[in-house]
Amino acid sequence: MTQYDDMLQNDPVLSKFLAVSESPRAKGVDRRGFMKLTGIAGGGLVLAFSLKGKVISEAMAADEMTGGADLNAFVQIRPDNTIRIYAKNPEVGQGVKTSLPQIVADEMDADWQSVVVEQAPLDGARFGGQFAGGSLSIPMNWMSLRQTGAGARSMLVAAAAKKWGVPAEEIKTANSMLTHGDKSATYGEMAADAAKMPVPDPKTLKLKDPSEFTLIGKRLTGVDNHALVTGQPLFAMDMTVPGMVYANLTQAPQIGAKVKSANLEHIKSLPGIEDAIIMEGAGAPGAFASFNPAGAIYLPGVAIIGNSTGAVLAAKKELQVEWDNSGVVNTDTWSEFVKQANALKAKEGETVTGIAGDPDPAFSNAAKTVEGFYTFNFVTHAQLEPNNCIAWVKEDGTVELWAPAQLPDQGATAAAAMAGVDRSKVTLHMMRIGGGFGRKLANDFVVEATAISAKIKKPVKLMRTREDDTLHDFYRPGGFNAFWASLDENGKLTGWKDHFISFSPDGKVRLSGPPGAPPPKGPQKPSYYPANVLDNARVTQTNLKSLTPTGPMRAPGDNTYGWVVNSFLHEVSQAAGRDHVEFMLEVLGEPRALGPGFGPSFHTRRAADVIKKVAEMSGWGRQLPQGTGIGFGFYYSHQGHVAHAVEVSVDANKHVTVNKVWSAYDVGPVVNMSGAENQAQGTVVDCLSNMALEVNIINGVIQENNFHQYPMRRIMGTPEMEIAFLQSEFAPTGMGEPGVASFTPAVTNAIYEATGERIRQLPIQHQGFTI
Amino acid sequence: MLLKVNGEEHVVDDSDASMPLLWVLRDKLGKVGTKFGCGIGFCGACTVHLDGRPVRSCSTLATAAVGKEITTIEGLANADGTLHPLQEAWIALDVPQCGYCQAGQLMSAAALLKRNPNPTDEDIDTAMAGNLCRCGTYVRIRQAIHTAASKMASAEKTGEHA
Repeated sequence: MTQYDDMLQNDPVLSKFLAVSESPRAKGVDRRGFMKLTGIAGGGLVLAFSLKGKVISEAMAADEMTGGADLNAFVQIRPDNTIRIYAKNPEVGQGVKTSLPQIVADEMDADWQSVVVEQAPLDGARFGGQFAGGSLSIPMNWMSLRQTGAGARSMLVAAAAKKWGVPAEEIKTANSMLTHGDKSATYGEMAADAAKMPVPDPKTLKLKDPSEFTLIGKRLTGVDNHALVTGQPLFAMDMTVPGMVYANLTQAPQIGAKVKSANLEHIKSLPGIEDAIIMEGAGAPGAFASFNPAGAIYLPGVAIIGNSTGAVLAAKKELQVEWDNSGVVNTDTWSEFVKQANALKAKEGETVTGIAGDPDPAFSNAAKTVEGFYTFNFVTHAQLEPNNCIAWVKEDGTVELWAPAQLPDQGATAAAAMAGVDRSKVTLHMMRIGGGFGRKLANDFVVEATAISAKIKKPVKLMRTREDDTLHDFYRPGGFNAFWASLDENGKLTGWKDHFISFSPDGKVRLSGPPGAPPPKGPQKPSYYPANVLDNARVTQTNLKSLTPTGPMRAPGDNTYGWVVNSFLHEVSQAAGRDHVEFMLEVLGEPRALGPGFGPSFHTRRAADVIKKVAEMSGWGRQLPQGTGIGFGFYYSHQGHVAHAVEVSVDANKHVTVNKVWSAYDVGPVVNMSGAENQAQGTVVDCLSNMALEVNIINGVIQENNFHQYPMRRIMGTPEMEIAFLQSEFAPTGMGEPGVASFTPAVTNAIYEATGERIRQLPIQHQGFTI
Repeated sequence: MLLKVNGEEHVVDDSDASMPLLWVLRDKLGKVGTKFGCGIGFCGACTVHLDGRPVRSCSTLATAAVGKEITTIEGLANADGTLHPLQEAWIALDVPQCGYCQAGQLMSAAALLKRNPNPTDEDIDTAMAGNLCRCGTYVRIRQAIHTAASKMASAEKTGEHA
């Protein structure tokens, strides 16, 4: 329904990326089993989890390891009692390099102090899906990682039982130790014997009851923390390759423009500069509007190559390019979009994307109707680590890459196509990602570095500047929503109509079904709150034609939808003279799950629980001083049920101070309490930042270029936060994204409570507010 | 041109004198802990110390550092590897998310504690205002600075070397 859904539906790579989550992988063990591996450095017991479910003999194992067995977890108990666990997915700040191994270690009863976590190599055939997106790392790996840990433990116990001549069930394990009466052994001491035991069938393994967890749910600190605080090289740009040169690519400001001429000779004469070359670009101009992480396309420009980034960036300041703008395709201007949306907002859209019952009779019989119109602008990701990549297109036809990639496999695929080699010839090293927020799901910077390396036949470190990144993003699209609600004489919500005005390259709206499935023939039941819980609702959509590149940003779709629907729900409850918390709970109705889907689906009981929790935490109903208000937001996003309450005070100059934040998350059991809290705290800061930011588009060009024009939130004004995790009985789900959807409306609803003024536009400075 | 980084002297080509210190550190001397975020001194990811004072190395020419003690994140711990109390607090309170800004945050915080061993929240906000954290770890940055400050204060009392 959102532009993001359209992208998913139309993009084979992204739809596959989400379709993975629909596969039996997430559900358990049916086609899987363990593999015991030999020939691994360090020896001991090496256990991997196979998606193919084959039981592999020791003799076969080494071949399987090199021959591409389908493994997605890997644990090695070495004779010195250290335990190596692979972190399979890229670390982007969401904490999975710690929390995924934490799951394995708990079921193993391993001593966390002796666990060494290593970033797994990128090898989908061995590890399954390796990516950072969709808050999926925890839900997709929870069961298989627990089984891996339990499998290793079971083989250690079996070995000890045999050696000591005692029943396996009498042996106790804790902190990497096996004990029975006066007998004891470390895991390391038993590893060699354990390696001779038959591999267990995952179906026979007894997993821990949650009450038995010793690590899951605890606060563990990040495994890279020491390296981070001492400045050790962890990021792609920290790497050095022999013979490497440094590069930057100045690209056409407008999509479709080409280099007509540039002062290349002058640039080449500057200190430290080796070369300056015109890069022709790849891909049709129209292709840039379609987010395609595996696409070997890049915008034309001038590459400057030198012996340091400093020399290259100094030369960039002197670069003069005359652009040939005859092929420019993108002439988007935000103020024109606003005019077009205003002309459309009085009526519902022509394309119905979601339908429940029939809202028309509800409106005809309404005691009262309410309408509201909301606008949100484009924003940029502004991840702190500028996009960068080391690419080495070698003479032997192989390509080696060091990249901060959220979709590394697609990055390697795109680089292979750019270099004209088979995908099997490309090695991509997954480096720690210095912030992604969805930006590094795109691999444009990988393609650019590959193109330059292929041209100059040297390893190259491409460094984008902040200006490059701001000008060439896949922006979080702006948009508009017109809403209508009907109320009966008791102030109960009886009907809901939503006209979403978004964008697509051709201005057409495409219906989208579940990820990976063919598009439905007609509108489905609405998938978005609150239309999904109502008896009578109609969601319609119009797309304006736009060729500005857009892409996913943290909680894509939800990060704006959560704001508009919670704002309008509050508008409706106030028009009805109702208590907003009571009204929200009434809208949810009876406790029920709305659909199976992957993992935990929207559940009205879980929704009600988090709303009640923040109402209680915030002391809702208490007397507040003049100019102070509490607002609420709830949304179901990325399988998590999250509610926030926010107290603000607004002064005479319309400056908003956030006094306190209360957040309640139901994401099932929390794996790493420290990491989860960190994500929840970061969510608050991220939303406070974004609600006061925008990029403006004029004639296809973004007007901002660096942080002085894009003032992200700094430390001052960071509010006090109280965060609760309800830890319900449902399977655990991710923490990176779900809280984002419902925080901003809690603030803007609080502003209404404090001032009586409804925020209808983001960023809030359009209505004279600052925060 | 001679640059003294973390107590060690390095000869740097005179032709690099007008280059920002950041790139000399990263690309010429291999001190890659200092990070590039904006290039205009607005994000603080590149913060290092010159004679103990925090500067933005992306906007400081290498020549301006000649004759001064340059301290980078690699030199924040003691020579024997004992971590600075701020580094310890950063690890214990699990401050980082992506971690990209944290070298700069730590250098700004270390300069603050040198000048003001017992900062209030307001002092912290003022001193740290030049450092962006896109992941939003500000709550923990504040906590970690307080934790390190009290640890340094108690070490001072008992006469330990902090």
